[in-house]
Amino acid sequence: MRRMRSLRLKVNGDEVEVGAPDHWTLLEVLRYRLGLIGSKQGCDKGDCGACTVLVDGAPVLSCLTLAALAEGREVTTIEGLMPAHVARGGAGADPVQDAFDRCGALQCGFCQPGMMLSARALLDRTPFPTREEIQQALAGNLCRCTGYTQIFQAVEQVAAEAAGIEPAEPTWATYREAGQQPSPRARGVKGEDA
Amino acid sequence: MKSFELVRPRTLDQAVTELAAGGAMPLAGGQDLLGELKEHLADPERVVDLKRLEGLDGIDVDGEGNLTVGALVTLTALEEDPRVRERFPVLAEAAASVGSVQIRNAGTVGGNLCQRPRCWYYRTEDTPCLKRGGTECFSYAGKSKYNAILGGGPSYIVHPSDVAPALRVLDAELELRGPGGERRVPVADFFTLPSEGDVLKENVLEPGEIVTRVRVPALRGTWRSGYEKFRERDSYDWALASVAAALRVDAGRVVEARLCMGGVAPIPWRVAKAEQALLGPLRDESAWTAAGREMVRGAEPLEHNGYKVPLARAMIVKTLRRLTT
Ligand code: FES
Ligand code: FES
Repeated sequence: MRRMRSLRLKVNGDEVEVGAPDHWTLLEVLRYRLGLIGSKQGCDKGDCGACTVLVDGAPVLSCLTLAALAEGREVTTIEGLMPAHVARGGAGADPVQDAFDRCGALQCGFCQPGMMLSARALLDRTPFPTREEIQQALAGNLCRCTGYTQIFQAVEQVAAEAAGIEPAEPTWATYREAGQQPSPRARGVKGEDA
Repeated sequence: MKSFELVRPRTLDQAVTELAAGGAMPLAGGQDLLGELKEHLADPERVVDLKRLEGLDGIDVDGEGNLTVGALVTLTALEEDPRVRERFPVLAEAAASVGSVQIRNAGTVGGNLCQRPRCWYYRTEDTPCLKRGGTECFSYAGKSKYNAILGGGPSYIVHPSDVAPALRVLDAELELRGPGGERRVPVADFFTLPSEGDVLKENVLEPGEIVTRVRVPALRGTWRSGYEKFRERDSYDWALASVAAALRVDAGRVVEARLCMGGVAPIPWRVAKAEQALLGPLRDESAWTAAGREMVRGAEPLEHNGYKVPLARAMIVKTLRRLTT
Protein backbone atom coordinates (compact mmCIF):
# COMPACT_ATOMS: atom_id res chain seq x y z
CA MET A 1 0.00 0.00 0.00
CA ARG A 2 1.32 3.37 -1.01
CA ARG A 3 1.35 5.81 1.86
CA MET A 4 4.02 8.22 0.67
CA ARG A 5 3.89 10.44 -2.33
CA SER A 6 5.88 13.01 -4.17
CA LEU A 7 4.09 16.34 -4.21
CA ARG A 8 4.48 19.23 -6.60
CA LEU A 9 3.54 22.38 -4.79
CA LYS A 10 3.71 26.04 -5.64
CA VAL A 11 4.66 27.93 -2.53
CA ASN A 12 5.28 31.67 -2.52
CA GLY A 13 5.73 31.56 -6.27
CA ASP A 14 8.30 28.74 -6.21
CA GLU A 15 7.63 25.30 -7.69
CA VAL A 16 8.84 22.71 -5.21
CA GLU A 17 8.83 18.94 -5.25
CA VAL A 18 8.70 17.27 -1.91
CA GLY A 19 8.07 13.76 -0.58
CA ALA A 20 5.64 13.35 2.30
CA PRO A 21 3.38 10.74 3.85
CA ASP A 22 -0.22 10.81 2.61
CA HIS A 23 -1.56 11.84 5.98
CA TRP A 24 0.65 14.89 6.36
CA THR A 25 -1.03 18.25 6.43
CA LEU A 26 0.04 21.23 4.39
CA LEU A 27 1.23 22.77 7.65
CA GLU A 28 3.53 19.83 8.35
CA VAL A 29 4.98 19.91 4.84
CA LEU A 30 5.54 23.67 5.04
CA ARG A 31 7.22 23.50 8.42
CA TYR A 32 9.01 20.18 8.44
CA ARG A 33 9.86 19.63 4.78
CA LEU A 34 10.23 23.12 3.41
CA GLY A 35 11.51 24.86 6.53
CA LEU A 36 8.82 27.55 6.28
CA ILE A 37 8.20 27.84 9.99
CA GLY A 38 6.36 31.16 9.81
CA SER A 39 3.06 29.27 9.74
CA LYS A 40 2.50 28.28 13.34
CA GLN A 41 1.30 24.98 14.69
CA GLY A 42 -0.93 26.34 17.44
CA CYS A 43 -3.80 24.04 18.27
CA ASP A 44 -3.26 21.86 15.18
CA LYS A 45 -6.99 21.19 15.00
CA GLY A 46 -8.74 24.16 13.51
CA ASP A 47 -9.36 26.33 16.55
CA CYS A 48 -6.77 29.10 16.53
CA GLY A 49 -5.95 30.19 12.98
CA ALA A 50 -2.20 30.42 13.67
CA CYS A 51 -1.59 28.06 10.73
CA THR A 52 -3.55 30.22 8.26
CA VAL A 53 -2.08 30.33 4.76
CA LEU A 54 -3.55 31.60 1.51
CA VAL A 55 -4.52 29.03 -1.09
CA ASP A 56 -5.29 30.74 -4.39
CA GLY A 57 -5.57 33.92 -2.38
CA ALA A 58 -8.14 32.64 0.14
CA PRO A 59 -7.25 32.04 3.79
CA VAL A 60 -7.48 28.40 4.87
CA LEU A 61 -6.21 26.43 7.84
CA SER A 62 -3.11 24.53 6.77
CA CYS A 63 -3.49 22.23 9.79
CA LEU A 64 -6.81 20.99 8.37
CA THR A 65 -5.63 20.69 4.79
CA LEU A 66 -3.91 17.55 3.55
CA ALA A 67 -0.75 18.57 1.73
CA ALA A 68 -1.72 16.60 -1.37
CA LEU A 69 -4.83 18.73 -1.77
CA ALA A 70 -2.71 21.83 -2.25
CA GLU A 71 -1.23 20.46 -5.48
CA GLY A 72 -2.00 22.63 -8.46
CA ARG A 73 -2.84 25.63 -6.32
CA GLU A 74 -0.92 28.71 -5.24
CA VAL A 75 0.10 28.64 -1.60
CA THR A 76 1.19 31.85 0.10
CA THR A 77 2.72 31.83 3.56
CA ILE A 78 3.88 34.77 5.65
CA GLU A 79 7.36 34.28 4.16
CA GLY A 80 5.88 35.11 0.76
CA LEU A 81 4.19 38.40 1.63
CA MET A 82 7.19 40.68 1.37
CA PRO A 83 8.62 39.10 -1.83
CA ALA A 84 5.17 39.37 -3.42
CA HIS A 85 4.96 43.02 -2.42
CA VAL A 86 8.41 43.71 -3.85
CA ALA A 87 7.56 41.83 -7.04
CA ARG A 88 4.57 44.14 -7.44
CA GLY A 89 6.95 47.08 -7.34
CA GLY A 90 6.63 47.86 -3.63
CA ALA A 91 9.51 48.57 -1.32
CA GLY A 92 10.20 46.65 1.89
CA ALA A 93 7.62 44.68 3.79
CA ASP A 94 3.97 44.32 2.81
CA PRO A 95 2.00 47.33 4.06
CA VAL A 96 0.11 44.97 6.38
CA GLN A 97 3.33 43.85 8.04
CA ASP A 98 4.52 47.42 8.24
CA ALA A 99 1.28 48.69 9.77
CA PHE A 100 1.11 45.86 12.31
CA ASP A 101 4.60 46.84 13.40
CA ARG A 102 3.89 50.56 13.62
CA CYS A 103 0.52 50.14 15.31
CA GLY A 104 1.87 47.87 18.05
CA ALA A 105 -0.50 45.15 16.86
CA LEU A 106 1.53 42.33 18.34
CA GLN A 107 3.09 41.16 21.54
CA CYS A 108 4.32 37.56 21.49
CA GLY A 109 3.72 37.41 17.76
CA PHE A 110 2.45 33.85 17.60
CA CYS A 111 -0.85 34.76 15.97
CA GLN A 112 0.69 37.27 13.60
CA PRO A 113 1.56 35.23 10.51
CA GLY A 114 -2.00 33.93 10.29
CA MET A 115 -3.48 37.26 11.32
CA MET A 116 -1.57 39.19 8.68
CA LEU A 117 -2.44 36.72 5.93
CA SER A 118 -6.13 36.98 6.82
CA ALA A 119 -5.78 40.77 6.77
CA ARG A 120 -3.99 40.69 3.42
CA ALA A 121 -6.74 38.50 1.91
CA LEU A 122 -9.40 40.86 3.24
CA LEU A 123 -7.69 43.97 1.85
CA ASP A 124 -7.15 42.32 -1.53
CA ARG A 125 -10.90 41.83 -1.83
CA THR A 126 -12.11 44.80 0.18
CA PRO A 127 -9.56 47.62 0.12
CA PHE A 128 -11.60 49.83 2.47
CA PRO A 129 -13.22 47.52 4.99
CA THR A 130 -15.42 48.68 7.82
CA ARG A 131 -14.46 47.79 11.38
CA GLU A 132 -17.13 45.11 11.34
CA GLU A 133 -15.79 43.60 8.12
CA ILE A 134 -12.31 43.54 9.65
CA GLN A 135 -13.63 41.82 12.78
CA GLN A 136 -15.42 39.20 10.72
CA ALA A 137 -12.45 38.59 8.45
CA LEU A 138 -10.15 38.08 11.45
CA ALA A 139 -12.64 36.16 13.61
CA GLY A 140 -10.85 32.90 12.88
CA ASN A 141 -7.51 34.19 14.13
CA LEU A 142 -7.22 34.10 17.88
CA CYS A 143 -4.81 36.40 19.67
CA ARG A 144 -4.05 35.82 23.33
CA CYS A 145 -2.07 39.02 23.85
CA THR A 146 -3.25 42.18 22.18
CA GLY A 147 -6.96 42.35 22.82
CA TYR A 148 -7.37 42.88 19.06
CA THR A 149 -7.89 46.67 19.07
CA GLN A 150 -4.46 47.52 17.66
CA ILE A 151 -4.83 44.73 15.14
CA PHE A 152 -8.06 46.21 13.80
CA GLN A 153 -6.44 49.64 13.81
CA ALA A 154 -3.46 48.32 11.87
CA VAL A 155 -5.74 47.06 9.12
CA GLU A 156 -7.51 50.44 9.08
CA GLN A 157 -4.11 52.13 8.92
CA VAL A 158 -3.21 50.17 5.77
CA ALA A 159 -6.50 51.10 4.12
CA ALA A 160 -6.18 54.75 5.13
CA GLU A 161 -2.60 55.05 3.91
CA ALA A 162 -3.49 53.42 0.61
CA ALA A 163 -6.13 56.12 0.18
CA GLY A 164 -3.80 58.86 1.40
CA ILE A 165 -6.05 59.81 4.31
CA GLU A 166 -5.83 59.71 8.08
CA PRO A 167 -7.40 56.66 9.71
CA ALA A 168 -10.80 57.44 11.22
CA GLU A 169 -9.49 56.70 14.68
CA PRO A 170 -5.96 57.73 15.64
CA THR A 171 -3.67 54.73 16.00
CA TRP A 172 -0.33 54.31 17.66
CA ALA A 173 1.35 54.94 14.34
CA THR A 174 -0.28 58.35 13.97
CA TYR A 175 0.85 59.41 17.42
CA ARG A 176 4.33 58.02 17.08
CA GLU A 177 4.88 59.86 13.82
CA ALA A 178 3.78 63.10 15.48
CA GLY A 179 6.27 62.45 18.30
CA GLN A 180 3.49 62.16 20.89
CA GLN A 181 2.50 59.59 23.42
CA PRO A 182 -0.43 57.44 22.33
CA SER A 183 -3.62 58.28 24.15
CA PRO A 184 -5.35 55.66 26.28
CA ARG A 185 -8.03 55.46 23.60
CA ALA A 186 -5.51 54.74 20.86
CA ARG A 187 -4.15 51.97 23.05
CA GLY A 188 -7.57 50.45 23.11
CA VAL A 189 -8.46 51.41 26.68
CA LYS A 190 -12.20 51.94 26.82
CA GLY A 191 -13.87 54.77 28.61
CA GLU A 192 -10.83 57.08 28.93
CA ASP A 193 -9.96 59.82 26.57
CA ALA A 194 -6.73 61.61 25.89
CA MET B 1 -2.89 11.39 13.05
CA LYS B 2 -2.37 7.75 12.09
CA SER B 3 -1.10 7.11 8.61
CA PHE B 4 -3.52 6.23 5.85
CA GLU B 5 -3.49 5.91 2.12
CA LEU B 6 -4.98 8.83 0.21
CA VAL B 7 -7.06 7.69 -2.74
CA ARG B 8 -7.97 10.26 -5.36
CA PRO B 9 -10.65 9.00 -7.73
CA ARG B 10 -11.72 10.98 -10.78
CA THR B 11 -15.24 9.60 -11.11
CA LEU B 12 -18.14 9.14 -8.76
CA ASP B 13 -18.28 5.43 -9.61
CA GLN B 14 -14.67 4.94 -8.56
CA ALA B 15 -15.22 6.98 -5.41
CA VAL B 16 -18.23 4.92 -4.39
CA THR B 17 -16.40 1.66 -5.11
CA GLU B 18 -13.44 2.79 -3.01
CA LEU B 19 -15.72 3.82 -0.16
CA ALA B 20 -17.77 0.64 -0.29
CA ALA B 21 -14.66 -1.52 0.01
CA GLY B 22 -14.59 -0.79 3.74
CA GLY B 23 -11.98 0.83 5.98
CA ALA B 24 -12.36 4.02 3.96
CA MET B 25 -13.72 7.47 4.76
CA PRO B 26 -14.67 10.31 2.41
CA LEU B 27 -12.79 13.60 2.48
CA ALA B 28 -14.24 16.81 1.08
CA GLY B 29 -13.20 20.07 2.75
CA GLY B 30 -11.65 18.11 5.62
CA GLN B 31 -12.72 20.65 8.25
CA ASP B 32 -14.42 17.98 10.34
CA LEU B 33 -12.66 14.83 9.15
CA LEU B 34 -9.14 15.99 9.94
CA GLY B 35 -10.21 16.86 13.47
CA GLU B 36 -11.72 13.41 13.83
CA LEU B 37 -8.55 11.76 12.59
CA LYS B 38 -6.32 13.85 14.83
CA GLU B 39 -8.39 12.98 17.88
CA HIS B 40 -8.33 9.30 16.85
CA LEU B 41 -12.11 9.15 16.72
CA ALA B 42 -11.76 7.33 13.43
CA ASP B 43 -8.79 5.59 11.92
CA PRO B 44 -9.44 4.63 8.34
CA GLU B 45 -7.02 2.63 6.22
CA ARG B 46 -7.88 4.78 3.26
CA VAL B 47 -9.16 8.31 2.86
CA VAL B 48 -11.02 8.96 -0.37
CA ASP B 49 -10.55 12.50 -1.64
CA LEU B 50 -13.77 13.65 -3.31
CA LYS B 51 -12.46 17.03 -4.43
CA ARG B 52 -11.41 15.79 -7.87
CA LEU B 53 -14.89 14.61 -8.78
CA GLU B 54 -16.38 16.72 -11.50
CA GLY B 55 -19.76 18.37 -11.54
CA LEU B 56 -20.30 18.50 -7.78
CA ASP B 57 -18.98 21.98 -7.13
CA GLY B 58 -21.55 24.08 -8.92
CA ILE B 59 -24.61 26.13 -7.95
CA ASP B 60 -27.42 26.15 -10.51
CA VAL B 61 -30.81 27.78 -10.66
CA ASP B 62 -33.05 26.44 -13.41
CA GLY B 63 -35.68 28.35 -15.38
CA GLU B 64 -38.31 27.63 -12.77
CA GLY B 65 -36.19 28.85 -9.91
CA ASN B 66 -35.23 25.44 -8.50
CA LEU B 67 -31.81 25.51 -6.89
CA THR B 68 -29.22 22.74 -7.10
CA VAL B 69 -26.09 22.91 -4.98
CA GLY B 70 -23.28 20.41 -5.48
CA ALA B 71 -22.05 18.78 -2.29
CA LEU B 72 -18.55 20.11 -2.90
CA VAL B 73 -19.63 23.75 -3.04
CA THR B 74 -17.84 25.61 -0.28
CA LEU B 75 -19.79 27.48 2.35
CA THR B 76 -18.15 30.69 1.14
CA ALA B 77 -19.39 30.08 -2.40
CA LEU B 78 -22.89 29.37 -1.11
CA GLU B 79 -22.96 32.41 1.14
CA GLU B 80 -21.73 34.71 -1.64
CA ASP B 81 -23.89 33.45 -4.49
CA PRO B 82 -26.17 36.37 -5.47
CA ARG B 83 -29.03 34.05 -6.49
CA VAL B 84 -28.95 32.21 -3.17
CA ARG B 85 -28.79 35.48 -1.26
CA GLU B 86 -31.72 36.91 -3.15
CA ARG B 87 -34.04 33.90 -3.34
CA PHE B 88 -33.04 31.81 -0.33
CA PRO B 89 -31.62 34.24 2.25
CA VAL B 90 -32.05 31.68 5.03
CA LEU B 91 -29.56 29.42 3.26
CA ALA B 92 -27.03 32.17 2.58
CA GLU B 93 -27.27 33.37 6.18
CA ALA B 94 -26.88 29.86 7.56
CA ALA B 95 -23.79 29.28 5.42
CA ALA B 96 -22.34 32.62 6.50
CA SER B 97 -22.82 31.70 10.17
CA VAL B 98 -20.64 28.58 9.98
CA GLY B 99 -17.18 28.70 11.58
CA SER B 100 -14.62 31.28 10.51
CA VAL B 101 -13.63 32.60 7.08
CA GLN B 102 -10.95 29.93 6.85
CA ILE B 103 -13.39 27.15 7.70
CA ARG B 104 -16.00 28.40 5.23
CA ASN B 105 -13.36 28.71 2.49
CA ALA B 106 -12.58 25.00 2.78
CA GLY B 107 -15.71 23.48 4.32
CA THR B 108 -18.33 22.14 1.93
CA VAL B 109 -22.10 21.93 1.95
CA GLY B 110 -22.00 18.12 1.97
CA GLY B 111 -19.46 18.11 4.77
CA ASN B 112 -21.49 20.52 6.83
CA LEU B 113 -24.51 18.20 6.63
CA CYS B 114 -22.48 15.09 7.44
CA GLN B 115 -20.20 16.49 10.16
CA ARG B 116 -20.06 14.52 13.38
CA PRO B 117 -21.29 15.77 16.77
CA ARG B 118 -19.30 18.28 18.79
CA CYS B 119 -20.17 16.83 22.20
CA TRP B 120 -16.97 16.93 24.22
CA TYR B 121 -17.37 13.40 25.48
CA TYR B 122 -17.55 12.21 21.90
CA ARG B 123 -14.57 14.34 20.93
CA THR B 124 -12.33 13.23 23.79
CA GLU B 125 -10.33 10.14 23.08
CA ASP B 126 -10.56 8.73 26.59
CA THR B 127 -14.34 8.89 27.03
CA PRO B 128 -15.64 6.06 24.84
CA CYS B 129 -19.24 7.25 24.71
CA LEU B 130 -22.30 5.72 23.06
CA LYS B 131 -21.48 7.47 19.83
CA ARG B 132 -18.19 5.66 19.68
CA GLY B 133 -19.56 2.24 20.47
CA GLY B 134 -19.47 2.61 24.26
CA THR B 135 -22.35 1.90 26.58
CA GLU B 136 -23.12 5.29 28.04
CA CYS B 137 -23.92 8.86 27.05
CA PHE B 138 -21.75 10.65 29.60
CA SER B 139 -23.53 13.95 29.12
CA TYR B 140 -26.66 12.52 30.75
CA ALA B 141 -25.11 12.48 34.21
CA GLY B 142 -22.17 14.70 33.35
CA LYS B 143 -21.54 18.10 31.82
CA SER B 144 -24.55 18.73 29.63
CA LYS B 145 -24.33 22.45 28.90
CA TYR B 146 -24.18 22.00 25.12
CA ASN B 147 -26.44 18.98 24.78
CA ALA B 148 -29.97 18.34 23.61
CA ILE B 149 -33.14 19.51 25.33
CA LEU B 150 -35.39 17.86 22.77
CA GLY B 151 -35.35 14.47 21.10
CA GLY B 152 -32.50 13.19 23.26
CA GLY B 153 -31.91 9.65 24.45
CA PRO B 154 -30.10 7.36 24.53
CA SER B 155 -27.58 9.86 23.13
CA TYR B 156 -27.98 13.58 23.85
CA ILE B 157 -25.91 15.13 21.09
CA VAL B 158 -27.14 18.12 19.19
CA HIS B 159 -26.68 18.17 15.46
CA PRO B 160 -24.01 20.80 14.75
CA SER B 161 -25.01 21.78 11.21
CA ASP B 162 -26.24 25.29 10.45
CA VAL B 163 -27.04 24.47 6.85
CA ALA B 164 -29.38 21.62 7.83
CA PRO B 165 -32.11 23.71 9.57
CA ALA B 166 -32.06 26.13 6.62
CA LEU B 167 -32.51 23.30 4.12
CA ARG B 168 -35.20 21.84 6.30
CA VAL B 169 -37.37 24.95 6.05
CA LEU B 170 -36.74 25.06 2.33
CA ASP B 171 -38.11 21.51 2.04
CA ALA B 172 -34.90 20.50 0.28
CA GLU B 173 -33.98 17.05 -0.96
CA LEU B 174 -30.59 15.41 -0.90
CA GLU B 175 -29.25 13.36 -3.74
CA LEU B 176 -27.23 10.43 -2.44
CA ARG B 177 -24.97 8.07 -4.29
CA GLY B 178 -23.79 4.73 -2.98
CA PRO B 179 -22.93 1.21 -4.03
CA GLY B 180 -26.66 0.59 -4.54
CA GLY B 181 -26.97 3.51 -6.97
CA GLU B 182 -28.57 6.89 -6.62
CA ARG B 183 -31.49 7.89 -4.43
CA ARG B 184 -33.16 11.05 -3.26
CA VAL B 185 -34.03 11.65 0.36
CA PRO B 186 -35.86 14.70 1.71
CA VAL B 187 -33.83 16.52 4.35
CA ALA B 188 -36.79 15.76 6.61
CA ASP B 189 -35.93 12.04 6.42
CA PHE B 190 -32.15 12.29 6.21
CA PHE B 191 -31.30 12.91 9.86
CA THR B 192 -32.09 10.22 12.43
CA LEU B 193 -32.82 10.42 16.11
CA PRO B 194 -30.52 8.26 18.24
CA SER B 195 -33.60 6.43 19.54
CA GLU B 196 -34.77 5.55 16.04
CA GLY B 197 -31.71 4.95 13.94
CA ASP B 198 -28.27 3.54 14.54
CA VAL B 199 -26.89 5.45 17.53
CA LEU B 200 -23.46 5.49 15.88
CA LYS B 201 -24.79 7.59 13.01
CA GLU B 202 -26.70 10.84 12.63
CA ASN B 203 -28.30 10.14 9.26
CA VAL B 204 -29.52 7.46 6.88
CA LEU B 205 -26.32 7.21 4.81
CA GLU B 206 -25.45 3.57 4.16
CA PRO B 207 -21.84 2.38 4.21
CA GLY B 208 -20.08 3.77 1.17
CA GLU B 209 -22.86 6.25 0.43
CA ILE B 210 -22.25 9.99 0.09
CA VAL B 211 -24.30 13.15 -0.43
CA THR B 212 -23.77 14.43 -3.96
CA ARG B 213 -26.26 17.28 -4.40
CA VAL B 214 -28.79 19.38 -2.58
CA ARG B 215 -32.00 20.25 -4.40
CA VAL B 216 -34.08 23.16 -3.21
CA PRO B 217 -37.48 23.66 -4.83
CA ALA B 218 -38.37 27.16 -5.99
CA LEU B 219 -40.36 29.22 -3.52
CA ARG B 220 -43.58 30.41 -5.11
CA GLY B 221 -45.19 33.58 -3.91
CA THR B 222 -43.63 36.16 -1.63
CA TRP B 223 -41.39 34.68 1.02
CA ARG B 224 -39.28 36.11 3.77
CA SER B 225 -36.64 33.87 5.25
CA GLY B 226 -33.69 34.13 7.58
CA TYR B 227 -31.35 32.36 9.97
CA GLU B 228 -30.47 33.51 13.49
CA LYS B 229 -27.81 31.81 15.54
CA PHE B 230 -26.84 32.25 19.17
CA ARG B 231 -23.25 31.43 19.99
CA GLU B 232 -21.43 31.40 23.28
CA ARG B 233 -18.45 33.04 21.62
CA ASP B 234 -19.16 35.82 19.18
CA SER B 235 -16.15 35.35 16.90
CA TYR B 236 -17.13 31.93 15.65
CA ASP B 237 -18.75 28.91 17.21
CA TRP B 238 -21.38 26.26 16.87
CA ALA B 239 -24.94 27.21 17.78
CA LEU B 240 -26.25 26.97 21.32
CA ALA B 241 -29.57 27.51 19.60
CA SER B 242 -30.39 28.66 16.11
CA VAL B 243 -33.57 29.32 14.15
CA ALA B 244 -34.26 28.95 10.45
CA ALA B 245 -37.55 30.50 9.42
CA ALA B 246 -39.42 30.99 6.17
CA LEU B 247 -42.73 32.81 5.91
CA ARG B 248 -45.00 33.17 2.88
CA VAL B 249 -46.71 36.50 3.10
CA ASP B 250 -49.84 37.54 1.28
CA ALA B 251 -51.77 40.76 1.83
CA GLY B 252 -50.15 41.44 5.19
CA ARG B 253 -50.77 37.94 6.50
CA VAL B 254 -48.57 34.92 7.05
CA VAL B 255 -50.18 32.23 4.94
CA GLU B 256 -47.48 29.59 5.27
CA ALA B 257 -44.78 29.27 7.92
CA ARG B 258 -41.83 26.98 8.38
CA LEU B 259 -39.64 26.98 11.46
CA CYS B 260 -36.72 24.76 12.32
CA MET B 261 -34.23 24.92 15.18
CA GLY B 262 -30.60 23.90 15.33
CA GLY B 263 -28.48 23.33 18.43
CA VAL B 264 -31.29 21.95 20.57
CA ALA B 265 -31.83 18.37 19.36
CA PRO B 266 -29.97 15.51 17.68
CA ILE B 267 -31.68 16.45 14.42
CA PRO B 268 -32.90 19.76 12.95
CA TRP B 269 -36.05 20.29 15.02
CA ARG B 270 -39.20 21.30 13.15
CA VAL B 271 -42.60 21.42 14.84
CA ALA B 272 -45.82 21.71 12.83
CA LYS B 273 -47.81 23.24 15.69
CA ALA B 274 -45.27 26.02 16.10
CA GLU B 275 -45.63 26.82 12.41
CA GLN B 276 -49.43 26.83 12.59
CA ALA B 277 -49.27 29.30 15.46
CA LEU B 278 -47.72 31.82 13.08
CA LEU B 279 -50.51 31.85 10.52
CA GLY B 280 -52.42 35.10 10.59
CA PRO B 281 -51.47 38.77 10.82
CA LEU B 282 -47.88 39.45 9.82
CA ARG B 283 -46.69 41.20 12.98
CA ASP B 284 -48.24 39.44 15.91
CA GLU B 285 -46.00 39.15 18.95
CA SER B 286 -48.37 36.78 20.69
CA ALA B 287 -48.10 34.40 17.74
CA TRP B 288 -44.29 34.45 18.02
CA THR B 289 -44.50 33.63 21.70
CA ALA B 290 -46.97 30.85 21.00
CA ALA B 291 -44.68 29.46 18.30
CA GLY B 292 -41.79 29.48 20.75
CA ARG B 293 -43.90 27.67 23.33
CA GLU B 294 -44.89 24.99 20.83
CA MET B 295 -41.33 24.58 19.62
CA VAL B 296 -39.98 23.62 23.04
CA ARG B 297 -43.04 21.66 24.15
CA GLY B 298 -41.90 18.43 25.75
CA ALA B 299 -38.38 19.70 26.32
CA GLU B 300 -36.46 17.67 28.87
CA PRO B 301 -33.39 19.65 29.83
CA LEU B 302 -30.45 17.88 31.42
CA GLU B 303 -28.68 19.25 34.46
CA HIS B 304 -26.77 22.08 32.75
CA ASN B 305 -28.78 23.01 29.69
CA GLY B 306 -32.08 24.28 31.07
CA TYR B 307 -31.08 27.72 29.75
CA LYS B 308 -31.72 26.46 26.24
CA VAL B 309 -35.48 26.43 26.78
CA PRO B 310 -35.90 30.20 27.25
CA LEU B 311 -33.06 30.77 24.78
CA ALA B 312 -34.86 28.81 22.09
CA ARG B 313 -38.08 30.74 22.69
CA ALA B 314 -36.28 34.06 22.64
CA MET B 315 -34.46 33.15 19.43
CA ILE B 316 -37.74 32.38 17.74
CA VAL B 317 -39.20 35.73 18.73
CA LYS B 318 -36.01 37.48 17.62
CA THR B 319 -36.05 35.79 14.22
CA LEU B 320 -39.72 36.49 13.58
CA ARG B 321 -39.40 40.09 14.69
CA ARG B 322 -36.61 40.59 12.16
CA LEU B 323 -38.45 38.86 9.34
CA THR B 324 -41.66 40.77 9.84
CA THR B 325 -40.15 44.23 10.21
S1 FES C 1 -2.96 25.36 14.17
FE1 FES C 1 -4.44 25.35 12.61
S2 FES C 1 -6.11 26.33 13.55
FE2 FES C 1 -4.71 26.19 15.20
S1 FES D 1 0.44 38.64 19.78
FE1 FES D 1 0.51 36.94 21.10
S2 FES D 1 -1.13 35.72 20.38
FE2 FES D 1 -1.38 37.51 19.25
